Amino acid sequence: MAAVEVKNISKIYDGNTKVVDNVNFEIKDKEFVVLVGPSGCGKSTTLRMIAGLEEITEGEIYIAGELINNIAPSKRDIAMVFQNYALYPHMTVFENMAFGLKIKKTSKADIIERVHEAANILEIEQLLNRKPKALSGGQKQRVALGRAIVRKPKVFLFDEPLSNLDAKLRGQMRIEISKLHKKLGVTMIYVTHDQTEAMTMGDKIVVMKDGVVQQIDEPIKLYKNPKNKFVAGFIGSPTMNFFTGKLNVENNGFRFTCANNEFTIFIPNNRAETVNINNTDSLTIGVRPEDIIINSSDSASIKANVDLIETLGSESLYHLNIAGQKFIVKSTVHLDKNITNDVKVSFNSKNIHLFINESAI
Amino acid sequence: MKINIKKYYSGFGSKKSLLIFLSPALLAIFSFFFIPVIAAFIISFTDFSIYALADWNYIQFIGFDNYFRLFDDPLFWTSLKNTFYFVIVAGPLSIIASLTAAILLSSKTTLFKSFFRLSFFLPVVTTLVAVAIVWRFIYHPNFGLLNYALGYLGISPIDWLGDPNWAMPAIILMAVWKSFGYNMIIFIAGLHNIPEQLYEAAEVEGANSWHKFRNITLPLLAPTTMFVGIITLIGFFQLFAEPYIMTQGGPLNSTLSIVQYMYQEGFRWWNIGYSAAIAFVLFTIIFVGTIIQLKLKKND
Repeated sequence: MAAVEVKNISKIYDGNTKVVDNVNFEIKDKEFVVLVGPSGCGKSTTLRMIAGLEEITEGEIYIAGELINNIAPSKRDIAMVFQNYALYPHMTVFENMAFGLKIKKTSKADIIERVHEAANILEIEQLLNRKPKALSGGQKQRVALGRAIVRKPKVFLFDEPLSNLDAKLRGQMRIEISKLHKKLGVTMIYVTHDQTEAMTMGDKIVVMKDGVVQQIDEPIKLYKNPKNKFVAGFIGSPTMNFFTGKLNVENNGFRFTCANNEFTIFIPNNRAETVNINNTDSLTIGVRPEDIIINSSDSASIKANVDLIETLGSESLYHLNIAGQKFIVKSTVHLDKNITNDVKVSFNSKNIHLFINESAI
Repeated sequence: MKINIKKYYSGFGSKKSLLIFLSPALLAIFSFFFIPVIAAFIISFTDFSIYALADWNYIQFIGFDNYFRLFDDPLFWTSLKNTFYFVIVAGPLSIIASLTAAILLSSKTTLFKSFFRLSFFLPVVTTLVAVAIVWRFIYHPNFGLLNYALGYLGISPIDWLGDPNWAMPAIILMAVWKSFGYNMIIFIAGLHNIPEQLYEAAEVEGANSWHKFRNITLPLLAPTTMFVGIITLIGFFQLFAEPYIMTQGGPLNSTLSIVQYMYQEGFRWWNIGYSAAIAFVLFTIIFVGTIIQLKLKKND
């Protein structure tokens, strides 16, 4: 059992710079939790406080029910994988992986067995005699993973482990880490600024901004029901389109009027029933790129100018604007890349998100 | 298509222009380094003396006679022994002291870092003559600070600079104090080049301070240590000013170094040929010492 509990933790530098602000979350045993957010949001600091590399200014952290605030990193029974691998350059791959065990005075036979076992899982057995400088980025990251695995820790911590790899390798390693999690059945905490990594890998995602937790949820719930505009914009690629405007009551629902009065969208009652109509002057609606229909034959469709079309193969991204209001549409409909005339779009009003003062309603 | 590189770079890449740009430096190196070294080498095979300065006809080539004479010169052997004593004790001492100071000053928890860094480096840039006055007081048998402090430990006064057994240790202590700040700065730079994350990774893996020093700091500092070792070796083999000012090589020649002996032979007795031979023996020793160090490093 290695549940992790983070209770009201804060990190304050120099007495007034709060980089982590009253963060709370619970991680169940064997869960894969991703901390995600833009750079400087405090996610790495939070992870480093769990690791013990950063002092906890306020709050408490428990690993497997034990308060670890004042326990040295070496005694927390955790393993950490760093962004730049942090391999010992003068040691071979084998020595790198064996280092932690050697310090713990594990028997030689045991060390050899465990290193080979981990190397086998990661398919790096042929590299054991090499030095880190003779390895590619992906291989180095595997060794760093191996170094974590051999010690069989209670909790694995990952600090942006894939950021230094190229896109293709990142995709591969993402799958491998997920597989590893399934295979080892251990608690993993993973920090990244990449929402794709967060969405694909996490059982649960903690979204952070400016040191504050914005939302904690399963990936799909986060995607479907973002609590605020920040989460809505951060999760999903391409990002959600936002339009500001006003709401007016209409039969069976509301009508959204864009700020420049160029277009309106009908929103059925069930989506907007909680809206306090008196407070809707600064209302924002959010529509995911896939919830806008292109070449729509809907009677309520709106004309939009085409700025650019990006063809991805299975789908295309349309960069459009309605009277200067820019937005992106993702669609499997393929139009000629060079079209210059307008297209007709309509909005899937069931999936429209409403935000007042940054918060979702 | 064949591109004529010369066409684009003529005037920059040609040997002639290279020579023009390099010539001031080459000229200086040649006239102030190569000519004197070659001249000294030639002189070491002659009986060049004060008479030869007046009339070059007195110069006689005597082959390896100067070198053979060295073998039978007890004072040369004494100076050689003293110099080795100094290098073997003071060298490691200086390296250990400078590494310790560098590590302490690189620690996150150390306060007043720049103050200490400056204090430790100050002896390096202070004139030895000025320093010597202070140290002569420290070593004074009756009123010296060192004996005063030792008195508290119940140790009776030692005539630091007057006792043949203690004169060299006294010189070593002073030389280490004077030189370790320089090595310390180099070590600090070396320590800064070790990525912090390696220590963090080791810490998470359960390493204590000793593990981290032994398995990360020392091996990753090896190139720096190598460099410091070599320049210290070269510098310490040329020991001169400390004994020259503090003890004049005494008592009983117990602090007479090779360079000082060379100086005495050359500029007191004007046996310049003989003195040049001593210089080349010293050069050979330093050269061999450096080669051995480099070889040791390679075998690591």
